[in-house]
Amino acid sequence: MSDAVMGAEHISAVSTGASTMIRVRGLTKVYHVGDVEVNALRGVDLNVARGEFVAIVGASGSGKSTLFHILGGLTPPTAGTVVIDGKDLGGMTNQQRTELRKSTVGFVFQKYNLLPTLSAEDNIKIVEYIGGRSTDFTPEFQDVLKLLGITDRMKHKPRALSGGQQQRVAIARGIVNKPAILLADEPTGNLDSQNSAAVLGVIKNLNERTGQTILMITHDPEAASYASRTVHIRDGQIV
Amino acid sequence: MLNKLILANLTHRPVRTLLSVLAIAVEVTMILTLVGVSHGTLDSTKDRAKAVGADIMVRPPGSSVMSSLSSAPMSDKYLGLVMAQPHVVAATGTVVQSLTFPDSITGLDFDAFKKMSGGFRYMDGGDPVNDEDMVVDEDYARQHHLHIGSKIKLITNQWNISGIAEGGKLARICVKLSALQNVVGTPGHLTLIYVKLDDPTLAEQVANELKAPLNDDQVYSINALMDAYSISNVGMLKDFIWVVIAVATIVGFIVVFMAMYTAVLERTREIGIIKAVGGSSGLVLSILLRETLLLAILGTLVGIVLTYGTQWLMKHSVPASLVQETVYEWWIYAGAIAIVGAMLGAIVPGMKAVQQDVTEALSYE
Ligand SMILES: Nc1ncnc2c1ncn2[C@@H]1O[C@H](COP(=O)(O)OP(=O)(O)O)[C@@H](O)[C@H]1O
Ligand SMILES: [Mg+2]
Repeated sequence: MSDAVMGAEHISAVSTGASTMIRVRGLTKVYHVGDVEVNALRGVDLNVARGEFVAIVGASGSGKSTLFHILGGLTPPTAGTVVIDGKDLGGMTNQQRTELRKSTVGFVFQKYNLLPTLSAEDNIKIVEYIGGRSTDFTPEFQDVLKLLGITDRMKHKPRALSGGQQQRVAIARGIVNKPAILLADEPTGNLDSQNSAAVLGVIKNLNERTGQTILMITHDPEAASYASRTVHIRDGQIV
Repeated sequence: MLNKLILANLTHRPVRTLLSVLAIAVEVTMILTLVGVSHGTLDSTKDRAKAVGADIMVRPPGSSVMSSLSSAPMSDKYLGLVMAQPHVVAATGTVVQSLTFPDSITGLDFDAFKKMSGGFRYMDGGDPVNDEDMVVDEDYARQHHLHIGSKIKLITNQWNISGIAEGGKLARICVKLSALQNVVGTPGHLTLIYVKLDDPTLAEQVANELKAPLNDDQVYSINALMDAYSISNVGMLKDFIWVVIAVATIVGFIVVFMAMYTAVLERTREIGIIKAVGGSSGLVLSILLRETLLLAILGTLVGIVLTYGTQWLMKHSVPASLVQETVYEWWIYAGAIAIVGAMLGAIVPGMKAVQQDVTEALSYE
């Protein structure tokens, strides 16, 4: 199979060297479940330019989440190179991956994943605290909250917020430390169409206004249409 | 910010938090109460002995602090020997018969005792007149609901309460010397001899001089004897305190272990979130340990308050049996024990939290 090479050619057409934010080459990931080997990724090549909003579309089990977990430093790759904002993820220690999550990557999950005991505001502030930053919101970030439409929900606990509101808080949390990339794994997977549209609109808006580089996983073509580029993944390979 | 999360975590599960704090509080109370009673009982014994006004005490050979003095091995001829020594102005002997711990009954020569100490100050009644007459102190009277004319059966005899004295002097239960000697079958023999000198500063010297004529009987200046009244000199009590501390610590450890273990299981996803946003293993561990520390500190404070409760209870229900002191020094020791036990209890759950895989934690239902 020469898919890896073909993928690389395919991607080099859309990427420009200097402003590359994410560069993935020949990425594989093998999970060992007992004696069984699961090849979740089989040689992924991907370039994402600074400021891009890329949708990654693929069927369930195609390896989308695995790719995100590797890009986000949650799981080490099995082989291949991954460079994010100039940082090579290959051979990173646990500690270095923790540092990467702190400074370089922001996450948005399908299930919001807010801390249930803290208010929306404190959910964001604790990420600022962990990132070693001041926990006072800058005027710039206040504008982002306005853009997200959650300014008046800040004192509420997650369970007092709708799914759409929780996801917008999660987006605010994901970008509060100004990460190089924001990774969103099916951010609208738990939302009805109206809330989905609102959240997707907000993500697109964020990308356009702040130039935030965003990668979004989805299996919904409708959602993917908000992105500036769509990448398809099937059986652990970009197609 | 972290403190906010820790407080939020603790208030999120109020019952678990409350139970953990309570368990640690009980641990602390157990330790403080035992130590308080040990100190209190020793000190009150000490104070009563001191209040007699003697400068020297003679005790039978082989006896030790808090040992049950149930025999009267010294002949009362010793009294004469003691009286003959220079500087001795008064000497009086007593017979002490142990009852169920910690009570004992003391037979004494009331006239000689009055000369040495000024005698009992009576709330009601007075010195015994007849052989079956008995004087008890107010605490004992209150605990056993005794008043003048009450009958009480102790050893094998029926006694008649003839006086209720202010506490804190010599003993709680006193009868005439000869009467007790007859009851316990040791006429002419004594358990203890109290000696008063014309110059108290000579106590050590005279005590040494008395050793020869009294053979191997134990002669102590009252100060030397008081120094011997400490917990570390009472082997059994010391061991008992250690056993209780060990049990209390283990209980605290187990409770914190379980509380923190369930907390970690329950917060699998939350711990995953903290890690996903860049929280290090150290941070995750520090959150759990600080939470545990807070539980231990709260538990210690509640434990100290509860200890005042046990003190009150003892004072009002068994004033004559158990005296509980507040031993401030042990607040620190008990607190340290509680904190160390709790921290140890948090280690395994903490390790579990640190080792949890983030992606698994985030897909955890
Ligand atoms: N932690 C894991 N252990 C073992 N197999 C896994 C693990 N995570 C994912 N897989 C497997 O890897 C493949 C890709 O999964 P995933 O990346 O979650 O796909 P997607 O997000 O596109 O649905 C699937 O076959 C899945 O069962
Ligand atoms: Mg997935």
